[in-house]
Amino acid sequence: MSNESLDPRVNRLKLGEAGEIVKVEEGENWNIYEVFHQEKRGAHHEHVGCVHAPDPQLALVFAKEQFGRRKKCVNLWVVKSSDILAFDVEDEDMFANNLEKTYRDASGFKVMEKINKFKQSK
Amino acid sequence: MSYNAALTDLIIKMADDELIQGHRNSEWTGLGPVMEEDIAFSSMAQDKIGHAWALYRILHENLEGKDPDKFAFHRPEKDFKCSHLVEMPNEEYGFSLMRHFLFDHAEAIRYESLVDSSFEPFRMLSKKVKGELKYHTLHANAWIMQLSQAGEESYQRMQEVLNNTMALAAGIFEASPEYENILVTEKVYPGEAALYQRWLDRIYPILVKASLNLPDIKTITPAYGGRQGIHTPYLQPLLKEMGEVFNLDTEASW
Repeated sequence: MSNESLDPRVNRLKLGEAGEIVKVEEGENWNIYEVFHQEKRGAHHEHVGCVHAPDPQLALVFAKEQFGRRKKCVNLWVVKSSDILAFDVEDEDMFANNLEKTYRDASGFKVMEKINKFKQSK
Repeated sequence: MSYNAALTDLIIKMADDELIQGHRNSEWTGLGPVMEEDIAFSSMAQDKIGHAWALYRILHENLEGKDPDKFAFHRPEKDFKCSHLVEMPNEEYGFSLMRHFLFDHAEAIRYESLVDSSFEPFRMLSKKVKGELKYHTLHANAWIMQLSQAGEESYQRMQEVLNNTMALAAGIFEASPEYENILVTEKVYPGEAALYQRWLDRIYPILVKASLNLPDIKTITPAYGGRQGIHTPYLQPLLKEMGEVFNLDTEASW
């Protein structure tokens, strides 16, 4: 028994009775792509969100609609989310800093004062 | 002067195609298969209507044409010169996409050719719409590739819809018996026959890549008539709906 739905993805998956095993054929389901947005030439591409698309080309099209239409945009990247290698959430403790070592944090350098002083001297 | 009459005829043909195609595509708003595609199709529909408006303005400013809004929404059906392709109802998404693919490549080729036009407003318009048309054809190509490779049923439906749409699409290139010569001699544009050939050369490799077979061109009878004001029964209801609000009060200012 097929479950007629307005969502084409549901129909593609041929979801039947609850409890039936659903087998997803290759190409049947869409992938998630992470989107990176470049505001001007030479600037970094910044992560802005993700889109759901059947292939990289259409991911770019969807990304343009979703993320390229409001603020200035000169280029977009899309990367399949599953191609991103990341640490496990549980490994967060690797990044924990020893309290006595805050001098290692780049954010610890107080330079604004010096910069302002330099500017004034000009 | 027949040069002006010829130019006017060409602009109306191009603009009416854009307006009616834009309106048809806008009918998908809210009904697209997925949200981003819905937005994409709607946004391209707006672009088309923008192209129509730019052309009506050229008529208005350079060739003593009427106010663009009045000309678009307050004109009897027989005065429209759009091709039959753009008048057809949307039916299923496959048809709309195939029409989008065939129409937008024809459109891109036409506007590209205008970069060398002897008519200055055409040269400027050609530059202005270049980026938009690049995106429209990229979008169309991406879907044609995707759907022709999405399994047997999908492939067959794409091939079928291509077979059924080719004659309509060939109707875009209906030359005016009266004006074609003068437009080509005056180097306004390269002429419908040349554009038709360029269009076939442009879509062929994309269709090959999608494993779709281009129907034999010799067996096709292009759907002509639209350029002479003879239309399908689908245009009149569209015009009525499109102009419904405007025609409540044609003098209102928006």
